[in-house]
Amino acid sequence: MSEFLSTHRADVAALLIIILTGLFVWSIYYGLRRTRKLDSEQVFGDPERTLGGWFWAVCGVSSLLLVWFYFSWGTARAFFPSAANEMCQVAKIDEALSPITAKLPYGDRYYKSTELLVRNGQQLAALEAQMPAGVYSSAEQKKLFSILDRNQQLLTIYSDSAQQSPSTGADLDAIHLRLQGLSEAIDAGYAGLMPTAEALAQPRWGVTDSEIPMLPLTPRGVLFDNVAEQSKEIAQDFVKVRNLPEAAKIIISGVKSDITSLKEADKNYSGSEADLASRKTYLKAVERIFKRLDDGAIFPAAAMMQINLDILQIQDSVKSQTKGLRLVDALFLPGEGVVKSRTLCVEQGSSRWLPKPTDVVAKFARLANPNLEDGGGYKGTVLFWWKWLEIADVIAFLIPDGVVDMLPGDYGIHNDNGEFVKTYKDHLLAVAQGDVYLGVVPMLDGHIWDSVFRVIVAMGFGIALGVPLGIYMGVSRFFKSFFDPLIELYRPVPPLAWAPLILTIFGIQDDGKIFLLFMVAFAIMVISARTGASGTQLSKIRASHSLGATNKQIIRYVILPNALPEILTGIRISIGVCWGTLVAAEMLAGTTGIGFIENVARTVSDYELIWVTILIMGLLGLLFDIAMRFTISVLIPWRGKG
Amino acid sequence: MTDLSCKNLSMTFTNPANGAMVEALKDINFTLKKGELLSVLGPSGCGKTTLLNMIAGFLNPTSGQLSLGDKQIEGPGVERGMVFQQGALFEWLPVSKNVDFGLRMKNLTPADSEKLVEKWLDIVGLTGFGDTPTYQLSGGMQQRVALARCLVNDPELILMDEPLGALDALTREKMQSLILELWKETGKTIIIITHSVEEALLLGERLFVMAPRPGRIHKEYNLPFAERGLKESLRDIKQQSDFGSVREEILTMIWDMEEEIMGNV
Repeated sequence: MSEFLSTHRADVAALLIIILTGLFVWSIYYGLRRTRKLDSEQVFGDPERTLGGWFWAVCGVSSLLLVWFYFSWGTARAFFPSAANEMCQVAKIDEALSPITAKLPYGDRYYKSTELLVRNGQQLAALEAQMPAGVYSSAEQKKLFSILDRNQQLLTIYSDSAQQSPSTGADLDAIHLRLQGLSEAIDAGYAGLMPTAEALAQPRWGVTDSEIPMLPLTPRGVLFDNVAEQSKEIAQDFVKVRNLPEAAKIIISGVKSDITSLKEADKNYSGSEADLASRKTYLKAVERIFKRLDDGAIFPAAAMMQINLDILQIQDSVKSQTKGLRLVDALFLPGEGVVKSRTLCVEQGSSRWLPKPTDVVAKFARLANPNLEDGGGYKGTVLFWWKWLEIADVIAFLIPDGVVDMLPGDYGIHNDNGEFVKTYKDHLLAVAQGDVYLGVVPMLDGHIWDSVFRVIVAMGFGIALGVPLGIYMGVSRFFKSFFDPLIELYRPVPPLAWAPLILTIFGIQDDGKIFLLFMVAFAIMVISARTGASGTQLSKIRASHSLGATNKQIIRYVILPNALPEILTGIRISIGVCWGTLVAAEMLAGTTGIGFIENVARTVSDYELIWVTILIMGLLGLLFDIAMRFTISVLIPWRGKG
Repeated sequence: MTDLSCKNLSMTFTNPANGAMVEALKDINFTLKKGELLSVLGPSGCGKTTLLNMIAGFLNPTSGQLSLGDKQIEGPGVERGMVFQQGALFEWLPVSKNVDFGLRMKNLTPADSEKLVEKWLDIVGLTGFGDTPTYQLSGGMQQRVALARCLVNDPELILMDEPLGALDALTREKMQSLILELWKETGKTIIIITHSVEEALLLGERLFVMAPRPGRIHKEYNLPFAERGLKESLRDIKQQSDFGSVREEILTMIWDMEEEIMGNV
């Protein structure tokens, strides 16, 4: 079942999108009709006007999901399953031609030759001005000036169409013809082309980690794939073409020997160290520029113009072959479309960080699989399942070994026969260390449970200790004045600021996190219980005094129930804060928990996993809150009606 | 005899804002015999609620003696029941649990307290409302619960601090009759504080008109209307000429006091 859903996620998405669109349109239509009717019955500002708008909730949720589908390219994948594959083939052409286009205005605004000419020309002029004074003899100086001058001449020769060597012209013409051939091949269309069996056997878009299938799945794609192959060869030949006219070759060999002779002169130089160093530096700079000019990479502009036109022609041909595809790209693939890089075709746009809804569900299903051998769970822990828990482990957790040490008597020693004689302390130690079998109980397990467990235990301690203290602070001058400064001093510190300290003291396992969360819950519970207790109406207290209640009875039967609404609100707030703190604490340290998963997902840029954890946390938070709201409505029905 | 006696009672507050001493009550002297129904009337600030709170034991007098029977009043006690203006019911408990609150505090067995609760709910006219949450009751019904809660403890003295102040006219009249009936049937000593001259006249066998600055008993009346109210309808009593003349006299008295206060300010 999940296998089927996984491979057919695009079809599932298509069905969902149709349903969602229907719901969206229907809810607006229904909502407008209802609103017209209800508005005539209630004046503006009447709080009743906010009630009964569930259809707008449907509208909001469905539009949110549709936006998600759209920006994650889920819509495109559902309705145009081959679009990305075809765009991948087009991207292959772009990638194959990139060695050529990088040297042309098409890809880089200026001709590469123009850029080289301008930059090297400027640097030659600068070098001429920077020549160090007093370290060269006049003959050497003359030679250097001549080298720079001849480099300038090289630039002129390279730029001159008339001096271009016939072989270079022939090479470029051949490239031109081959590129023209490509355009013609594209224009000829893709009739008779068929995708290979290997291509058709590829997993569908989004099913594997490589996401977009690489091999062409459509005849049109096959055409582009072929063109891309040929483009690659043409590009290889293009980068080998050199512009080295005879005049340039002569200058190059002359400059080369001059530089060599200057280097020789440096070896026998008798001046100061500093002067020698500046001579060497300068010569190196001159040689560096010359090395850039001696390989014939600068062409006359006229020679390149034709190639640029050919590339434009190819792009025009591609465009005329991909009219519908480009419309899909513009409408349904927000962002920069598909880009090919080395071995992958990647989605470039909002879908890069926003996984498709169905992919998130598929990822969640994989995580939720309780079978670790089957690839379920995450990092060796299931997401949410159950296990047999040894009772001995729980007892060992609750009883520190030191308790046994404190008991009277000694541990066992070995006797003369080499036997270990156990005392009662040895047996107790075994219990305290969990080395006995006391049976098992079923227990929840997994990342989600670990997180929830930490919150629940911390909340339990926080409530059990915080509520009594808060109540006493609400009724006793001593308790209020004694504890108020202590709590008010530690409470304003953000919980995460405590985390490094607490985690260092208590360790990165459950203890540290539970203590951290306990600190959060405790402060909130104290404050809310105190507010509730001190907010008891004086007349109620006086009434219960007159009815003969003792101080203890007043706390138990009047102040506590009176503070219950505040206490429950406090629980609701502290669950929220604990949850937030916990996730951050799990990101800091630990090996299980939702925050741990997200932190690992972050380090490997697994966006799907990040979104899965975000959704799990959102849903769990929502669940907590709904449970609390329900509890409040059951426990304190008098709220707001007193 | 469990008379309430009040000798040279004085109460002085310190104003926390400027440290000035305020004489809330000065030299109050009276004795209330068992079974008497006293109503206390006066302009705001004359110390009537202070007096009631001292009798209830919520406040300690600065000087003077307060005793019920031969027992000095030192702090609140079950023998002095109190009914508050807003009922002061425990809204987290249903009606019957509110009524038996005092009994539960005394650890009475549930069977015994159940009988008592039913009896008193009958008397105040709330039969069958035992399981109703108090926040669902009307104001008048809430005051009936408060009455029952107080009476179920069988106090010797019942203190009422403007018990009917928040009720509408019709409910108020019904509750006034109820209080008179309860007074007659139980024979309890009752002190009622009220703002309403009519109510004070109708319910008070004795009536203190108090005056402010310092709080003191300005004038005392002995009235026949409460006795009459047990037989005749309260509305008829209000029409009678002697009722009208006393009402006018007291109204003028209070009006003059209020004028004086305003003039002083």
